Amino acid sequence: MSANLRSWFKSGTPWIWLNAAAVATSLIMVVGLLVLIAINGLAHFWPAAVWQMEYRAEDGQVSRLVGEIRSSEEISAERLRGAGVDLDPAAGEVITRYLFKTGNRDISGSDFRWIIGPSILDRSQPEPVVVLERLEWGNFYGYLESVQEDGETVAEAPAAWDELQPRLQRVQAIREQIQDLEKGEISSINYRIEGLRLERRKLELRGEATPEALAELERRRNLLQEAFVQLREALDERYQAARRDTVTLTVLDNRSVQVPLAQIVRAYRPNEMSVLDKTGFYLAKLWEFVSEDPREANTEGGIFPAIFGTVVMVMLMSVVVTPFGVVAAVYLREYAHQGVVTRLIRIAVNNLAGVPSIVYGVFGLGFFVYFLGGNIDQLFFPEALPAPTFGTPGLLWASLTLALLTVPVVIVATEEGLSRIPRSIREGSLALGATKAETLWRTVLPMASPAMMTGLILAVARAAGEVAPLMLVGVVKLAPSLPIDTNAPFIHLDRKFMHMGFHIYDVGFQSPNVEAARPLVFATALLLVLVIIVLNLAAIGIRNRLRERYRTLEQ
Amino acid sequence: MPDTTSTESYSGSAHLRIRLLKNRLTRYAVAAGGMGVIVAILLIFIYLLYIVAPLAKSPSMQAVAEYPVPSDSPVLYLAMEEQAEIGVLFSQDGGVRFFATADGNVIEDIRLPIPEGVKVVSFSAARPKSGVVALGLDNGQALVVQHRYRVSFPGDQRLITPSLEYPLGREPIEIAPNGAALSKIAIQEEDSFTLVGWTDDSLLTVVRAEKQESLLEEGTFEFERSSGYTDMQDLLALLIDPVQRNLFVLSRDGRLGWFDISDLSSGARLLEQLSVVPPGVKIQDAELLASGASIMIATDAGTISQWFTVRDETGARHLQKIRDFELSEPTTQLVSEFSRKGFLTADRDGTVAIFHATAHQKLIETDIADSAIVHLAIGPRADALLALDAQNRMHFWHIENEHPEISWKSLWSKVWYEGYDEPAYIWQSSAANNDFEPKFSLTPLTFGTLKAAFYAMLVAIPLAILGAIFTAYFMAPRMRQSVKPTIEIMEALPTVILGFLAGLWLAPLIESHLPGLFTLLLVTPLAVLVAAWIWSHLPAAVHRWIPDGWEAALLVPVLLATGALSFGLSPMVELWLFDGNMPGWLKQELGIDFDQRNSLVIGIAMGFAVIPTIFSIAEDAIFSVPRHLTNGSLALGATTWQTLVRVVLLTASPGIFSAVMMGVGRAVGETMIVLMATGNTPIMDLNIFEGMRTLSANIAVEMPESEVGSTHYRVLFLAALVLFILTFLFNTGAELIRQRLRNKYSSL
Repeated sequence: MSANLRSWFKSGTPWIWLNAAAVATSLIMVVGLLVLIAINGLAHFWPAAVWQMEYRAEDGQVSRLVGEIRSSEEISAERLRGAGVDLDPAAGEVITRYLFKTGNRDISGSDFRWIIGPSILDRSQPEPVVVLERLEWGNFYGYLESVQEDGETVAEAPAAWDELQPRLQRVQAIREQIQDLEKGEISSINYRIEGLRLERRKLELRGEATPEALAELERRRNLLQEAFVQLREALDERYQAARRDTVTLTVLDNRSVQVPLAQIVRAYRPNEMSVLDKTGFYLAKLWEFVSEDPREANTEGGIFPAIFGTVVMVMLMSVVVTPFGVVAAVYLREYAHQGVVTRLIRIAVNNLAGVPSIVYGVFGLGFFVYFLGGNIDQLFFPEALPAPTFGTPGLLWASLTLALLTVPVVIVATEEGLSRIPRSIREGSLALGATKAETLWRTVLPMASPAMMTGLILAVARAAGEVAPLMLVGVVKLAPSLPIDTNAPFIHLDRKFMHMGFHIYDVGFQSPNVEAARPLVFATALLLVLVIIVLNLAAIGIRNRLRERYRTLEQ
Repeated sequence: MPDTTSTESYSGSAHLRIRLLKNRLTRYAVAAGGMGVIVAILLIFIYLLYIVAPLAKSPSMQAVAEYPVPSDSPVLYLAMEEQAEIGVLFSQDGGVRFFATADGNVIEDIRLPIPEGVKVVSFSAARPKSGVVALGLDNGQALVVQHRYRVSFPGDQRLITPSLEYPLGREPIEIAPNGAALSKIAIQEEDSFTLVGWTDDSLLTVVRAEKQESLLEEGTFEFERSSGYTDMQDLLALLIDPVQRNLFVLSRDGRLGWFDISDLSSGARLLEQLSVVPPGVKIQDAELLASGASIMIATDAGTISQWFTVRDETGARHLQKIRDFELSEPTTQLVSEFSRKGFLTADRDGTVAIFHATAHQKLIETDIADSAIVHLAIGPRADALLALDAQNRMHFWHIENEHPEISWKSLWSKVWYEGYDEPAYIWQSSAANNDFEPKFSLTPLTFGTLKAAFYAMLVAIPLAILGAIFTAYFMAPRMRQSVKPTIEIMEALPTVILGFLAGLWLAPLIESHLPGLFTLLLVTPLAVLVAAWIWSHLPAAVHRWIPDGWEAALLVPVLLATGALSFGLSPMVELWLFDGNMPGWLKQELGIDFDQRNSLVIGIAMGFAVIPTIFSIAEDAIFSVPRHLTNGSLALGATTWQTLVRVVLLTASPGIFSAVMMGVGRAVGETMIVLMATGNTPIMDLNIFEGMRTLSANIAVEMPESEVGSTHYRVLFLAALVLFILTFLFNTGAELIRQRLRNKYSSL
């Protein structure tokens, strides 16, 4: 046996297996990571069961808790004691601990509490429990009591639920109108009034502030002001209408709590929902996630502005990076004599790819924002000073910084594509009398276009996931308006924007209520990972098809 | 490729000319684009350098004006307002003159309300920002005066109007109870006033004036007095710190008495008395540095020493000499800057020198006058100085001294900061209070960067290189086709996601399952070997069914089971070996601190990020080892393992090395993972269970808040430059090695 073992070791087989274990570990890590994100990210939107528990708190008092079990873990009793929990010695040495979402933050002060398994005396899932998703203060759990209109009760307990739904829909419709007004016309008027102020200041700076010009500006301002007052009235009317209904719920200590319907995003009874209902709910939440604005310091609601900001930034970046990268690659492959210069360029490309992204951020902040932006402000926007226009982090600078960061990706991919185009094709074109430029434009570049596409896709994937430089050159946690809107000049390059990667960092680490925000972060991470993996797979697919095509060309 | 079309003889028709012109334009445009890449990288480097360069620039001084002193009587004190446009001088005869610093024209001449027949015998200024000064009179009284400046902008022009105020009233207040001349006086102000007077019979009197909190009578003060005799003689200076808690009494022969004057009901309490100079040496001048924590003492032996209080083993504070500055000539005047730790000296030959205490360096030395300088004043922004020489000529100079606190030593060596018990490496760029000594040591940040990279490499190198060996050399081609892209996709994963998972998922998991992790490390190799042993003894039919090259796939369930088992049993192991609480056990038994977000978490998370980089390059290097080399070795009877170790790895080793260098380059610059998964505390400790603060995370945290052009801003750019250079070296090195390897392979 031992001789056998020795010869087995001598053959090297065990070492090969250990090497295999390294690959297997890496694979498990990658796949495990993706699965972890997927499970956590997707589970968030599924309506969780609401538990009612008889719980004996540490002081021995038995109370009832209502809420969702967010997670559970096995923990040694010793650690709990170390953390100051007074444990019954009979409870065993390993204890299950639950993170319990009790909601009702406005009443109890916190959303979550840890509860330990042995202290749960009884648990059930009562069907009539209502969950209210609110605009503020997180979820509310309770039992429906009645619905009021202008303070008058219109429906009592069993019928109240059916009465609630249409009223909720009404309030939601009003809320949408309010949002349309605020984000649409009112913000547009504000924008135009601000524009008039700048125009006036510009005239003053140029010394052209004649009384006539000023009067004209004043007249236009008054017109806008009038329109604003009217809109304001319409808005107030709608706010008034939204405040009409309230709903009364009982919470567990038999207290009645009134919640205005205007505060409620949706109301549901998870314990009595069928799988079909839950699926519908799930899809609605999913849609809300990708299409709505964030609420409650980004811990609830959707991430639409972040998706939008990422897309706009990446598109702007593509406009810059593609020509630059392609031209550089064409120079390296088609024009330059291979020698010192190309060696230098290759070293430069390599280093552009290897320089830490935060260094790009520092450079972008110093050079683009403070130096270029500051000078642009002096030259073209003196009327807005001292408030900076381009001399502050914003969309344009973020795009330029990321373009610089991703240029090597485009160069490398395009160069690879160019190197695969058979020489005979170029020679054929030249032999027919085409100039070199014509050969390039008419044959080489069209053939290399899939390779450029690959490079661009990889650059986009890289840019979508990059956060560190963006933190310095233009990303904010909450942008008041989107970088593209209906106010001329429509694309606002100077605006700050939101970004999915930064959203993950910000919500996960800067938010006051990390526990509440965690599922949303997972969901955002999942979306980001999906986008990036799909982009990468697409790039790999295009590259492989390209290789196949040239292989047949060469034969 | 040579240009074959630009033959001029064809340029007959206009159409052809246009075509050739287009051709030429295209060439220039493309060449410009190619050069653009070099320009970009150079631009980044040069711009970083351009921002950092002023840190290394030595200060300069320019003479602006020289004029006779605008006073007939001897000058007691000189000062300037914020913009250094207006100076003020207090003279022996009780006159106060505001004058334009540029030409010496008197703007306002005021006579202080000093009683008839009374002489001014001593003078003192409170912290310079307050503008409060005290004049000691020969009848034991003192007059407190404040010079103030109001800035207004009539017609967009800056106008500064000086004025004099008497915060404690126009009547002199009594200090010395015996009515003797106040030969020395000191004043300090911050809401309340403290005055200390000294008469030549060694009587020390402390007077405190507290503002009364009354709505009706604003500006009334309540006085509290305490006096007592001391055994000190021949006094040179009295110094009160701005918090009015400590009084330092210095005699000319080098005796320093440290008194506690916080509670006057118990009098001035002597805390410590010591001799601060060698015997025979006399003290010339003494000043407090900006925050009042350090005393600078200039001697006639030509040294200036810095002293502050330091805690000893028992926790008691003692005065201690921190550092010495050597001068070529004994100094006659010592002046502190208003808000930084800099100070100026002037000597008998009319030379002025600027020093910085924390950086421990002399910044500049310039001859200003031909004779001794008797009075020296620095502008509040440290950008101008006024010097009065023995021939009664006033010299007004501009100073450009933006970043005195930065020296090679203050960036990279241990520095003894105020309030610390020993020299240390500290990064602390800002604090809540204004009198703050910035601590810009890049050493702990660089250390943190290397520590993070080290632990990441500890995880990544074995996994990536062993994995690359297997994938390139043993793996079945079909499996390799899918494994390689999978691991390479890891590289595209945003690090913000890795950081988020590391900080919010992995760190708590590791903390609660620490024993499980260590069990996993121990058990996994064993489990793999056992699995391999069992596999090699399975019947041949099974081996035929799954041929060699699929070992990695077979191991996946084994590893998953081992992992699940280790973590599942973690609480039991913890109970059995570590009293049920491993972090607590580490602290108690081994004295090792445990942070939740520690280097172990960083190692795993950043290792994960670096694995694909190393894996991909190393795999390429091993895979492209020429086949005939391995075939030769195998033909000579070596086993595959022997061939791998003796032939393949040896040949590919430069490639593997270059892969590791690229990995280090990436780990050094990684920002988001360390930002999110460490505590970001700049400590210098190799403990795997504690965090760190890296250069990159530090930039990400502090850059948005730093003021453009400030020292802090430039030091952050320096940190970026350090990162740039570090990664440049790693990347260029790796690239050169790879190019040489490519040549070697092609020649084989």
